[in-house]
Amino acid sequence: MGDHHHGPAKGLGRWLFTTNHKDIGTMYLWFSFAMFILGGFFAMVIRAELFQPGMQLVEPAFFNQMTTLHGLVMVFGAIMPSFVGLANWLIPMMIGAPDMALPRMNNWSFWILPPTFLLLASTLFMEGGAPAFGWTFYAPLSTTYAPPSVTFFIFSVHVLGLSSIMGSINIIATVMNMRAPGMTYMKMPLFVWTWLITAFLLVAVMPVLAGAVTMMLMDIHFGTSFFSAAGGGDPVLFQHVFWFFGHPEVYIIILPAFGVVSQIIPAFSRKPLFGYDSMVYATASIAFLSFIVWAHHMYTVGMPVAGELFFMYATMLIAVPTGVKVFNWISTMWRGALSFETPMLFSIGFLVLFTIGGFTGLMLSIAPSDFQYHDSYFVVAHFHYVMVAGAVFSMTAAVYFWLPKWCGKMYNETMGKTHFWISFVGFNLAFFPQHFVGLAGMPRRIPDYALQFADFNMMSSIGAFIYGASQIMFLYNVIATIVSGTPVSDEKVWDGAEGLEWTLPTPAPYHTFETPPKIDPAHAHS
Amino acid sequence: MPLLRCPRKSLWLGLGETDVPGLPGRGDNNNGSRLGGLLYYMETREMCFEAKRLFRLALGPVLMLMSAAALAAGAEVSQVNMRPGVTEVGKEIYDLHMIILWICTIIGAGVFGVMFYSIIYHRKSKGVVPATFHESTKVEIAWTIVPFFILIGMAVPATSTLLNIYDNDDADMDVLITGYQWKWKYEYLNENGENVTFFSNLRTPQNEIYNTESKGEHYLLEVDEPLVLPKDTKVRFLVTANDVIHSWWVPDLAVKKDAIPGFINEAWTRTSQEGIYRGQCAELCGKDHGFMPIVVNVVSQGEYDEWLSGKQAEAAEIKELMAQTFTLDELMERGKSVYDRSCLACHGANGEGGLGNAIANSAVATGELGEHLEIGINGVPGTAMQAFGGQMNDVDMAAVITYQRNAFGNNMGDMVQPIDVYNHKKG
Repeated sequence: MGDHHHGPAKGLGRWLFTTNHKDIGTMYLWFSFAMFILGGFFAMVIRAELFQPGMQLVEPAFFNQMTTLHGLVMVFGAIMPSFVGLANWLIPMMIGAPDMALPRMNNWSFWILPPTFLLLASTLFMEGGAPAFGWTFYAPLSTTYAPPSVTFFIFSVHVLGLSSIMGSINIIATVMNMRAPGMTYMKMPLFVWTWLITAFLLVAVMPVLAGAVTMMLMDIHFGTSFFSAAGGGDPVLFQHVFWFFGHPEVYIIILPAFGVVSQIIPAFSRKPLFGYDSMVYATASIAFLSFIVWAHHMYTVGMPVAGELFFMYATMLIAVPTGVKVFNWISTMWRGALSFETPMLFSIGFLVLFTIGGFTGLMLSIAPSDFQYHDSYFVVAHFHYVMVAGAVFSMTAAVYFWLPKWCGKMYNETMGKTHFWISFVGFNLAFFPQHFVGLAGMPRRIPDYALQFADFNMMSSIGAFIYGASQIMFLYNVIATIVSGTPVSDEKVWDGAEGLEWTLPTPAPYHTFETPPKIDPAHAHS
Repeated sequence: MPLLRCPRKSLWLGLGETDVPGLPGRGDNNNGSRLGGLLYYMETREMCFEAKRLFRLALGPVLMLMSAAALAAGAEVSQVNMRPGVTEVGKEIYDLHMIILWICTIIGAGVFGVMFYSIIYHRKSKGVVPATFHESTKVEIAWTIVPFFILIGMAVPATSTLLNIYDNDDADMDVLITGYQWKWKYEYLNENGENVTFFSNLRTPQNEIYNTESKGEHYLLEVDEPLVLPKDTKVRFLVTANDVIHSWWVPDLAVKKDAIPGFINEAWTRTSQEGIYRGQCAELCGKDHGFMPIVVNVVSQGEYDEWLSGKQAEAAEIKELMAQTFTLDELMERGKSVYDRSCLACHGANGEGGLGNAIANSAVATGELGEHLEIGINGVPGTAMQAFGGQMNDVDMAAVITYQRNAFGNNMGDMVQPIDVYNHKKG
């Protein structure tokens, strides 16, 4: 087989045909950032239209296309692939494996993504416009009353599901089979643990989503009536199937984010993660509970009261393992020797804002109160605290944390910290006021609103523009680091960082751990 | 919310406080075109806030807490918090909301307090040597069990309120609510006497929405015909939809129920206070989801009875009109108002089309009359063109078809009489 220590191939072929986990990870990360910019652009259109009452920039029909595509692109194009990219880069390096278990499938699961999103974005230019039924695409608005482009949307969702399932199988196979000798399950870094559990969630629920869109396809083109009462079907069935996917989906997004901050907080506290075992159990409990709470998204559809009570109690229970996680992170910081480099700032930002999102989540779980919160801006505020300040902040922290290891160069710390503070202020300015307008009665997904909501909406728009603009600074900082950053002085990069990936040379060579590393059996976990 | 009153002055950020003569306030931006409106905005108001508003915004979180007290006194409608509204259930929900908000606030203060203590005192820059402890089973058990009991404490009042919300029995009267794209139909189910049925449409004119006229006080929250309910009466709502899923939400009544085509949901209310209560559709239902408000007018039993008999008389009058023959002018006049109410949203103010096909010069409106009538009455299945036969009376249908055939440059000269509509429906 010749020399195994070769570098990457030259030219475009390197990227098209690569089976290297680092190359594929890089492509996932850049792709997800591109989608983050695209989805962010849609968000800017939404916030510009909502800047003041009255219709100014776009028509209501187009506004609905924007909200729909913003949700779809951010969830399926930005957040999920970004964490898959991170998994690709880090899991082999963290468990002492040379690469992912199924490298060719790895290539395939990435390369089907860009054409899919191209197809989805192209619906904007189709007759009747892009899908305009929200990212939750409730039937019959998404079937009988949908624009013709819905069929392309269905195909996109199928392919995205395929990509996610392949990626997850790969992660499961890698973690189960390719750990270095001595790397037992309870020694794995928490990021690997959270991804392993996430991968199982994905394999379990992606087929359910595929089922939902297949039923839609049948209703639209083949005369079935799964979701149409006129033919004996039930529109609420759609919601049950969708949220059976959709609720685990939000944990699919947030669990790897938990993993990331569980790596970063100990590093900058210079103290081991507190309660490693209970963190693992809490993650598994959250994953289990995520399967039995889906109908809390549907308190107002007219479920029997027994069903409401079951889903309310089950949902409230999630607060327990989530609380355990937050308490453990704070105990990790307690009596550490803290320093506040950019990754730590974003992790603390995550901790504070995710906890606020957790509190509003608990409020939303209370079924009777939810009759007032449901489908209002209070919900919009809640899930942006969890999705943006949760997932996106932790992803940003991850990039700052591992970038020096990846490319051997240090980012500009001042610019990184500035990015954090502008993001933090912009984010809160954008989303905190949405709690108020939601409670005061503003429904979500409306292109125009009554006058009493005007002040907070203007504030929210300004915050959104600030948050959006701050990402340009992030992009610049990352590119400048890769192109002309100063080489890192310490091979280990961060003095407090623990884990196999930090034992590798900096920058990480193209092939790593071709012979398995020695794991110190006395060392508890990384 | 007149917590802080100040004259209409503007604060230019960075320039200090100045009067801006001629700068229109909110709700009176006469900007012409929409793009013009945006540019106008960019030029003159982008960085401009009213001091009062800035102040209010900065104090938002404080007000959120203060409003609890204000609301308990029933003083005014909050801009930053949930409203207890005018029903017993609404007050229960509000109390539950406040209890849980406070519990979260207290826990949050504790958690963040510990975190910030650590951030301030346990810094590497202060030369702290990190501790090495990393687990404690006792602590883990404690912070698993304690929250669990707090949750039980929350679940008890939540359960009782939920059961109360679901208590749909023994209603004094029933109203059937049907969601349409994009309006509500109310039907008073009357055991003795005829049912009263009407549609409730958005009343805010397009000119206000597109910024060519100043916006009224109840912009987007006003309808042509409100739902009228008697006070102190248990009203059961039967909620359904005709096309897609809608959701009937009036915050002050603490009622939100999804309107699902093919299924009937139940909800109820009993209001203790006369007044006008406004709400909106809460479930995305297509293009004009943001433009199908709900207005409920709660009145005394006496006023309600009077209103109901008025509506019944009106229905009888329509019945009489249906037997009459109208002149072209009469039909055109009535037709225009029907068109503006029911057709304009999709077909445009000048019949130029939009979501729907153009009416001006269209093959249908200038084609065979029977076909035109057929589309008006039975709609076009599989498209957004609804069957209006069940939504408007025969007089209105006759008028609007006549109008479409003789307006926007369509000079067909023919007309439709109510009897023609009636006959067409009979087949």
